[in-house]
Amino acid sequence: MSATDLRRPPARTPPGTPRRLWTLLLALALLGAVTVLSVAVGSGMLPPATVWQAVTASDGSAVHATVVDLRVPRTLLGIAVGAALGVAGALIQALTRNPLADPGVLGVNAGAGFAVALAVAVLGVTRIEQYLWFAFAGAVAATVVVYAIAAQGHRAPSPLRLTLVGVAFGAVLTGVAQTLALTDPRTFDRMRFWGAGTITDRPQGTLSTILPWLLLGLLVAALCAHPLNAIALGEDHARAVGALVAPTRIAVVLAVTLLCGAATAAAGPIAFVGLMVPHAVRWLTGPDQRWIIGVSAVAGSVLLLSSDVIGRLVVVPAELQVGIVTAFVGAPMLIVLARRTRARAL
Amino acid sequence: MRAALVLRAGPVSLRLSFRSLVVSVLLAAAVVALTLWAFTLGSYQVSMSEVVAALTGQTGGSVRRVVVEWRGPRVIGAVVFGAALGVSGAIFQSLTRNPLGSPDVIGFNTGSFAGVVAVMLIGGTGYLATAAGAVVGGLATAMAVYLLAFRRGVQGFRLIVVGIALNALLGSLTTWFSVKVDLDVALRAAVWGAGTLTTVTWTSVAISAGVFAVVAVFLPLAQRRMRHLDLGDDTAAALGLSVEPTKLALIVLGVVATALVTAACGPIAFLALVAPQIARRLLGKGASVDLAASALVGALLLLVADVVAQHAFTGLILPVGAVTVCVGGAYLVWLLAVESRRG
Repeated sequence: MSATDLRRPPARTPPGTPRRLWTLLLALALLGAVTVLSVAVGSGMLPPATVWQAVTASDGSAVHATVVDLRVPRTLLGIAVGAALGVAGALIQALTRNPLADPGVLGVNAGAGFAVALAVAVLGVTRIEQYLWFAFAGAVAATVVVYAIAAQGHRAPSPLRLTLVGVAFGAVLTGVAQTLALTDPRTFDRMRFWGAGTITDRPQGTLSTILPWLLLGLLVAALCAHPLNAIALGEDHARAVGALVAPTRIAVVLAVTLLCGAATAAAGPIAFVGLMVPHAVRWLTGPDQRWIIGVSAVAGSVLLLSSDVIGRLVVVPAELQVGIVTAFVGAPMLIVLARRTRARAL
Repeated sequence: MRAALVLRAGPVSLRLSFRSLVVSVLLAAAVVALTLWAFTLGSYQVSMSEVVAALTGQTGGSVRRVVVEWRGPRVIGAVVFGAALGVSGAIFQSLTRNPLGSPDVIGFNTGSFAGVVAVMLIGGTGYLATAAGAVVGGLATAMAVYLLAFRRGVQGFRLIVVGIALNALLGSLTTWFSVKVDLDVALRAAVWGAGTLTTVTWTSVAISAGVFAVVAVFLPLAQRRMRHLDLGDDTAAALGLSVEPTKLALIVLGVVATALVTAACGPIAFLALVAPQIARRLLGKGASVDLAASALVGALLLLVADVVAQHAFTGLILPVGAVTVCVGGAYLVWLLAVESRRG
């Protein structure tokens, strides 16, 4: 069985630094634009001047309160979660050398969902602040278990096996979580809202709770970028050029766990951001992981926020949860990729 | 060569390996024994001899009502549905050459769930409306997966990935539905979505059994073709098999087998995935797909799962799918762990 073939057509030369710089600037400009949109757009459309006033000098009116208490936290959370998912996706795709990999693949989302269901059903947890820790613990535990199951003796698990075990274990956890929810209508009621994936109506302090973990994850990701470039050559070559293959792998898995765990804890399971973003970014920046990871952070935020804005607009006066919007955008993309890549076997 | 029994009648011959024969007979005996035992379980005490008497029509009254009217559809349904799931799992795993290839994975279940949710949304209730929603949703999804994965032939990996994508898409639709509607409707949909035998009636069992009988007629032929396909697409073509039409026909068979289950009792997770794997292990190393053994294992598993779902927890009746997902999932994880260790 050969692993998924990632080779690009050899004729293509990697883009130079100016182009990559422009890509980064473009992503940042887009992020600025969707940030403004995200604060201004919603069930009440606000002109930019009002938004500016509310942010700089809030007079406590209902409109200003909407901006300061609802839309700004929502937007900031969207930026954080999007960046985390984008980087996590870039890391997983680099690690598994599989263009179809997504944080969901390692069972991270499923682990978080399972832990939340367990907490609600068995421990009777009601406050959403407490979900956060369970989701986080679940994400970490699921990743560790998947890694342990996939590990073959002393060697690190192959990308192929990691993917297979992650998908299977994730399906199991999701099923069991659903079962737990079904035994008790109360649990079911709480789970269905968390499970849709949304960055709205989060309790105060959600962002500040996850932010340290998220920053730590981003830091580890930044440190892994260089060795990941070497690993992209294949393991033997990576060792030959002096990269520490096994420690890098562990560090990458750690970073993915931190990022996905924090993001999922805060926003619920959000699919496909980690799949789509690194793909689009790689297409623009070329294969250098340092650029892919950096630009993915910004592009992830752009995608998540714009999906959230779209979700507010399509079913007015109701809203579509952002996780539902990303699934609708991401699933067709996955199909296109599956048809295009010369992926031979899983 | 392994020991085998060859039956010949004119131009037709049938080669049976002794091991598969013995395993199948033992499995069939286990299914019968378990079926009878399942009839005795419940709050109304019925002995084994009373069960036999009621089934053969020698007793009437309350015993007969309990056994035939109340427990009958559920127990017989478990056998029929389990067998159908075993068959469809074996077909899909052979087609995708992947133990993860099952109707769950190619999106059939989510599709039928979305269909039922749509039916509930427009206010439909009852077996026929639900069954129609399930079958239409499932078939449409399976067709979409097949067409989207088709590109100079269907290739197993692509089928699985496209299935995952459509699964996610439809899953998010049903999530939205579940957030939007009232709790009791959402809960009712979710129980159906987990797969349950409580709603099964003699009507739905009879219809399902009839459809399954039609499917079963084609199975010996399907088995031969699948053994050819197991050699690889190129070799199968060289042996004179028209590969793509055969694959399509097999997909249709597998989908129908799943559809009849889903229509009656919702998507029952992981059974189609696990049954063929267990059958293969029972038949020994190097055994090719065996539809009969898979069907028997499927029936056995669903019977056990339903007994557990109904009677294991006092005061709590789980949907049977909740049990299969836990047990089947645990088995799957164990399987992956063992294969990892083997390297």
